[in-house]
Formats: sequence, C-alpha cells, structure tokens
Amino acid sequence: MHSLQPNPDMRADDWPSELYRILKAADVRQMSYVPDAGHSQLIRLFSADRDVTTNVLTTEEEGVAIAAGAWLGGQRSVLLMQSSGVGNCINMLSLSAIGRFPLLMLVTMRGEWAEFNPWQVPMSRATQPSLEAIGLKVMRAESAEDLVETVESAAALAYDSDQQIAVLIGQRLIGKKKW
Amino acid sequence: MPMQAQLDRRAAVAALLKNRKDTLVVSGLGSPTYDLHSVGDHDGNFYLWGAMGGAALIGLGLAQAQPGKRVLALTGDGEQLMGLGGIATIGVARPRNLDIVVIDNQHFGETGMQASHTGRGVDLTAIAMACGFVATGTVRTLEEVERLATQLDETVDGPRLFVIKVLAENPPRSLPSRDAVFIKNRFRAHLGFAAA
Repeated sequence: MHSLQPNPDMRADDWPSELYRILKAADVRQMSYVPDAGHSQLIRLFSADRDVTTNVLTTEEEGVAIAAGAWLGGQRSVLLMQSSGVGNCINMLSLSAIGRFPLLMLVTMRGEWAEFNPWQVPMSRATQPSLEAIGLKVMRAESAEDLVETVESAAALAYDSDQQIAVLIGQRLIGKKKW
Repeated sequence: MPMQAQLDRRAAVAALLKNRKDTLVVSGLGSPTYDLHSVGDHDGNFYLWGAMGGAALIGLGLAQAQPGKRVLALTGDGEQLMGLGGIATIGVARPRNLDIVVIDNQHFGETGMQASHTGRGVDLTAIAMACGFVATGTVRTLEEVERLATQLDETVDGPRLFVIKVLAENPPRSLPSRDAVFIKNRFRAHLGFAAA
C-alpha cells in the first residue's frame, strides 16, 4: 500500500472526499450506513463506486453484523452512522469484540455543539462511555485535518491489527444543522 | 389455528444439509447453532452464541464478499424476529447467493419455551415477500425439506427465505467451540485467507 500524504490544499469542508480517498486506499469494499447529514457526501461517493457494495440499514447494529460477515468472506467494511445510532449497536458489538473482528465505525456527533434538538443530547453524552464499556477503542477529531489523519490511523488499526474502532466526528467540525 | 408441527428439528437440518457441497453456513444463537453442529462440524460454519438478530446480516456481508459461493443463514424464529429490519435491508441489497432458513418451533426454546410471535400469526415468509425476496416457502415434512435442500443449489436472482416448522422440543445440545476467534480464523482459512 502506498503511503498517504496529507493534502495541504484540502478545503476545510472537503474532508468527506479525503475520507473516501483514505478508505479506498485501505481497500474498503463494503460500506453500510444509516444516513446522517454529516455523512451525506461520503455516502454519495461510495454509492457511485461500483467497486464498493453499499447497504442502507434499518438500524445501525445491522452494519456491525454485515462488517463481520464481510471479514469472514475476506473483505473490509466501514460503517457510517450518527451518535444516536451507537445506542442501537451495543449488544451486536459483542460479536466484533469477542470475535476480534476488524471494525471501523465513523460516527458523526449530534447533541454536543450548538444543538437545537434536545432529544439528541442524552445519547450524545452516552456515546463514548457506552462504546468503551463494550470494548471499542474510541478516537475523536475536532478539525478536518485531524479527522483525516485519525481515520487513516484508525483504518490501519482496525484492518491490520484486528481492532474495533469508533471515530467520533465532532459536531463542531460538521457545523450547525439549519432549521 | 395452525396445525401442530411434528417435524424433528435435527432430522430436518440433517436433511437440509445432507448434500451441502461448498455452501457457507452462519447459524443463529441457541438451537440452530446446536443443530448445525449436530450434523457434523465444518470449517465453512460460523456459529453464533450471541449477537441475536445478526445471523442473516452476517450472511449478507459474507454473501457480498463471496458472490461465487452460496451462503445459508440457518436461524430460529426468535433470532430472526429480533432482526426483522434486516429482512428489509437484505431485500434491498438483493444478494443472489443468500438464503435464510428459519427453523421455526414458534417458541424461545433456550429460555424456557415461551411462545414467540410466529405461533401467534406473524408470518416471516410474508414479511420477506413484502421486502422483495424472490422466493419464500413454509415446509412441514421431511419430504418437503428434502425438496427444499435441492432448491438451495439453484441459481436464483435474489434472496430467499424458507421456514421449516418443527416440533417445540430441546434435543440434547451439540456444542461447537465458543471461541469466536478460533471459529473465525478457521472459517477464513477455509476460504484461503491467512490469519492476522
């Protein structure tokens, strides 16, 4: 695998293209998601890619199971969701943890920065502790540059070292939702 | 009232997998895992002891990664009921090499034989049809299971879901390894992948 240099010309709002480039370079072949506005560009990029199988999910834990199945069959998978979806995943994450299945989840945070919807706050607060309680390693990024580097190292940890990783993408980075 | 099922689950699973060829099998927690192991341990088996609701979706990820192989998710009514949304996800994904077979005793057999939804009018085959599965069916006799077994090798255009109605009883447990890392690495080695 060729080494990836950070792109100094990256625009602050173009991190999804950089994540796509990194995940492609990591040979990710399956992507599953419950949509979040913050993931919309990355979802579009993967959905247009005929070399990647994408699955839209009814609930996020389905993607944890799909990722394990993909690995059994020799493929790498990435799972996209927002923080509210982390709560749906907890018991299914037993599979990744006890089977030491590579797992990479990219979680856009809600309920922590200029949030309009109070219903997002409780799960936002529970996201990191509940992921850590079930055994995942949690990494966090608050800037586009940091995010790109974090996802690159998270992908290596997951797929090369059989780790279960959630990268939390700070709401500050994604920006305010327009109401 | 639906008729009382008489079929023995072990006889049904043995007939289903008698000529299995190179089909890869993922089994749902509880009795389907014991049933699958009772037929004979196999490197192409992935046994679940937890992750309830995940069997068919592990099957989906596997089927997508191995389009040249047939994949069977062998599970129970309780396990599949927990993963109802997954039937919609699989219907949309439309894998051509994935079958779900539900060994349906209409009860939660592992926890004291409490009645489940499938004995109270919920029809998993109707749900699967409504989600775009290309074929579904319910079988109740050993002869029908034998016919179903030959259908599992057919080339088809999308996912299928079959229900095998069985007698609600717990035969002696046949326990595969509970070490998921071992089973995972053995499964991957079977497909030619090295352990990390």
